[in-house]
Amino acid sequence: MKLDSKIPEGPLAKKWTDYKDHLKLVAPNNRPKIDIIVVGTGLAGASAAASLGEMGYNVKAFCFQDSPRRAHSIAAQGGINAAKNYQNDGDSIYRLFYDTIKGGDYRAREANVHRLAEVSGNIIDQCVAQGVPFAREYGGMLDNRSFGGVQVQRTFYAAGQTGQQLLLGAYSSLSRQIGLGRVKMYNRHEMLDLVKVDGKARGIIARNLITGELERHSAHAVVIASGGYGNVYFLSTNAMGSNVTASWKVHKQGAAFANPCYVQIHPTCIPVHGTNQSKLTLMSESLRNSGRIWVPKKKEDAEAIRAGKLKPTQIAEEDRDYYLERRYPAFGNLVPRDVASRAAKERCDDGYGVEANDTNEGVYLDFSSEIKSKGKEVAYAQGNHDPSDEEIIKLGKQWIEEKYGNLFEMYEKITDENPYETPMKIYPAVHYTMGGVWVDYNLQSSIPGCFVAGEANFSDHGANRLGASALMQGLADGYFVLPYTVSNYLADEIRTGKISTDATEFAEAEKNVKDSIDKFLNNDGTKSVDYFHKKLGLVMWNKVGMARNEKGLKEAIEEIGQIREDFYRDVYVPGSSDELNPELEKALRVADFLELGQLMAMDALQRNESCGGHFRDEYQDAEGETLRDDENMSFVGAWEYKGQDTTKAVLHKEDLKYEFIKIAARNYK
Amino acid sequence: MSSAKNINITLKIWRQKNANAKGGIETYKLDNVSTASSFLEMLDQLNEQLVNERKEPVAFDHDCREGICGMCSLYINGRSHGPETGTTTCQLHMRKFKDGDTIYIEPWRSKAFPVIKDLVVDRTSFDRIQQAGGFVSVNTSGNTIDANSIPVPKDDADKAFMAAACIGCGACVASCKNGSAMLFVGAKVSQYALLPQGKVEATQRVLNMVRQMDEEGFGNCTNTGACEIECPKGISLENIARMNREYLKASII
Ligand SMILES: Cc1cc2nc3c(=O)[nH]c(=O)nc-3n(C[C@H](O)[C@H](O)[C@H](O)COP(=O)(O)OP(=O)(O)OC[C@H]3O[C@@H](n4cnc5c(N)ncnc54)[C@H](O)[C@@H]3O)c2cc1C
Ligand code: SF4
Ligand code: FES
Repeated sequence: MKLDSKIPEGPLAKKWTDYKDHLKLVAPNNRPKIDIIVVGTGLAGASAAASLGEMGYNVKAFCFQDSPRRAHSIAAQGGINAAKNYQNDGDSIYRLFYDTIKGGDYRAREANVHRLAEVSGNIIDQCVAQGVPFAREYGGMLDNRSFGGVQVQRTFYAAGQTGQQLLLGAYSSLSRQIGLGRVKMYNRHEMLDLVKVDGKARGIIARNLITGELERHSAHAVVIASGGYGNVYFLSTNAMGSNVTASWKVHKQGAAFANPCYVQIHPTCIPVHGTNQSKLTLMSESLRNSGRIWVPKKKEDAEAIRAGKLKPTQIAEEDRDYYLERRYPAFGNLVPRDVASRAAKERCDDGYGVEANDTNEGVYLDFSSEIKSKGKEVAYAQGNHDPSDEEIIKLGKQWIEEKYGNLFEMYEKITDENPYETPMKIYPAVHYTMGGVWVDYNLQSSIPGCFVAGEANFSDHGANRLGASALMQGLADGYFVLPYTVSNYLADEIRTGKISTDATEFAEAEKNVKDSIDKFLNNDGTKSVDYFHKKLGLVMWNKVGMARNEKGLKEAIEEIGQIREDFYRDVYVPGSSDELNPELEKALRVADFLELGQLMAMDALQRNESCGGHFRDEYQDAEGETLRDDENMSFVGAWEYKGQDTTKAVLHKEDLKYEFIKIAARNYK
Repeated sequence: MSSAKNINITLKIWRQKNANAKGGIETYKLDNVSTASSFLEMLDQLNEQLVNERKEPVAFDHDCREGICGMCSLYINGRSHGPETGTTTCQLHMRKFKDGDTIYIEPWRSKAFPVIKDLVVDRTSFDRIQQAGGFVSVNTSGNTIDANSIPVPKDDADKAFMAAACIGCGACVASCKNGSAMLFVGAKVSQYALLPQGKVEATQRVLNMVRQMDEEGFGNCTNTGACEIECPKGISLENIARMNREYLKASII
């Protein structure tokens, strides 16, 4: 396998423009002769399908939900970045590019990231034109806020529902094309294999989830936009249906899978409440602007809290350990996500966790200091220079409610605790995956004709994605990159003609899918699919989670192999193949997670350094901070599939060259 | 301190093999349900139990489990999304129920939402309404004018956002005695009617969306307001009024 990133020559700021000018085109009259399949209708897939349909290609789009509007992108809260410099605070394409590269710990591809920054402004123009109701200032102009670790206000948002509004915008464009007959939408359909003919991607096998029927769909190119793989951990902030199957099937057909070990762990989620939990909920990062994070200084206190004998409000100020402020005086509670996450884990591992369940995993996010200081400020602003304590607290709570009211409500709904009176409990959770199918500058995988977009590809985020950049990437890929690069590929396909689904390749792929379905349904096992998924999740979280080490990773590789064997021997899947069968759907997805999980551990094991979201215990400095090895590890780790036992997978390296920026250490002290 | 405890409940659940089969209520006993778990986690627990007894689990729709995707549904004791207002089924928690409770769980019933299996219904009629006109006809080239070149009054933008916050769940239809989709359609029409970007096509949009709504077999609005009460996102009846005004305007022209 040869990895050719196809990064164009020339100065960084002109690469994309020059390259675009020389890409091949397909004439409008030829486009209706060409079929394109788009798998996924999140931000990346919906924007791609809408754009390609509008250009005049025949597009077939697929999603497993009942409507494209329900893709996981809908859940994103915070916002989307763009270098518009509307706030006149010195933002520019270069700055957005630089911040993104640095945020990725110098493990992303320079040319891709620059292109992302370049088109970011157009994304906002496009969305506004579609009627996306972004937040506005009183003058009628768009409002911005700032987001973790940057010094400019470049984040556009729609309350705490930015992902929802952006997706509904893309969905409306997609709906328009469906209405015009240029896109045919297949809801409740799951892609279960990629079909290659003469080495090129030529179609997919999809299962109609209502009837169970296997369908063959052919096309001249296939775009995979199936999202991330965070659910390999079982518990994550991802939607329940998010899975790796589409990407993994492409990988099995010969596409390299890159940087699987790069997972972003978000520090402010609601902790696990018990063994029946299915899903974790994110609390917006913006809360860290006002909340102070702490655990008790004394272990006895932590124990007493867990036993229900002490309340957090009874712990005296001097007995609280504000560990982020202690360790990182410069950034305090606002250190980047990976730093905050690891620090919480370290405290809980040491026995200071406050959650009253068998994990003890939870730390406090306390708003009482903010309530007091803001209350006093408001009182003064109202001309009351001698407010009583009660007045201060009342005004402070009002201030908090205006700013974070909906989040506080959501927290109370889930936990039944009132965060105005008692500190919130938070703990890190798996949130976003930066690894994915390896793609070149055209977003084409190592299989010709198979393109991969959005969270499903690996290219733009390196090791530690910053907030508000995943939404940007999804839309950039779908609206502004793929229409050019896919056309360039298709220019050589105008004479191919309709691709028949009678070819033996389709029959074979369909048979393989059918066999694996039958195998599950006829398996004489005793345990549910979830049983195995939870087991895998536990190994992943404990040994391939926030901090990894050689010993744990080697154990994980062994253990996952064992779980996979047990799974195939002992899983019980009820129902039949010719009906809506959610257990069968899960079984097929977990089968892929069991291979991916092992590969993630393999990838983490070979990456002998700590960078961003990937922290290896062995590679830290004297103060416990990440120790990167730019000399030896400045590469993309891309794996070639060699069978279900992923310990046999072969590693290929794409060297990362930074021509335009100087690599510097990250330091948040 | 959270005060989670375990309760035992009885579930009366609508089971229906497929769209053509005859359905009926089945009774299940479920013990040790943590009051800290969500309603859907309780159903997961039931399904785990059914799988272990080698019975077929109950099919129900869900995805985000965060109250935003609009995929979850269910009549719970006769109410869309259950007893709590402003709450989707996935955000409903078992602490709202008591030890020994019997809970009825049924699919949403409406002519325009046929049952697919058990508790899963087909809501694609909403998609077709949107395809009929719920968009601004703008190409996705990115060569549109600068986003700030058309100022939008904050008040209008906020109102448009509040209408756009509809999650397309269909609770409004399910709770309406006429099976009307006016709240959903009204919300969409309003979002675009309130923004300058949507104005140009406003006439065509409302005519097309309303025509499709009627074709899909949704009933008419008689202003009973059940939709607004059961809507988990607080979409206001004002949107129906705005749609009616838009429709009237469009019909006159
Ligand atoms: C709680 C939360 C908050 C977030 N907040 C932010 C934020 O504020 N800012 C930000 O930039 N990012 C945020 N993110 C990250 C961001 O939301 C995602 O990275 C992004 O939306 C992914 O978009 P996507 O189009 O790649 O995939 P998705 O939106 O996950 O879409 C995947 C699509 O693929 C389909 N699909 C998958 N597999 C198959 C298959 N086999 N067959 C058919 N269809 C299939 C699905 O049906 C779906 O349509 C957040 C993420 C979470 C979990
Ligand atoms: S209006 Fe409310 S109830 Fe109806 S679909 Fe939208 S969110 Fe659901
Ligand atoms: S599962 Fe998404 S809204 Fe309930």
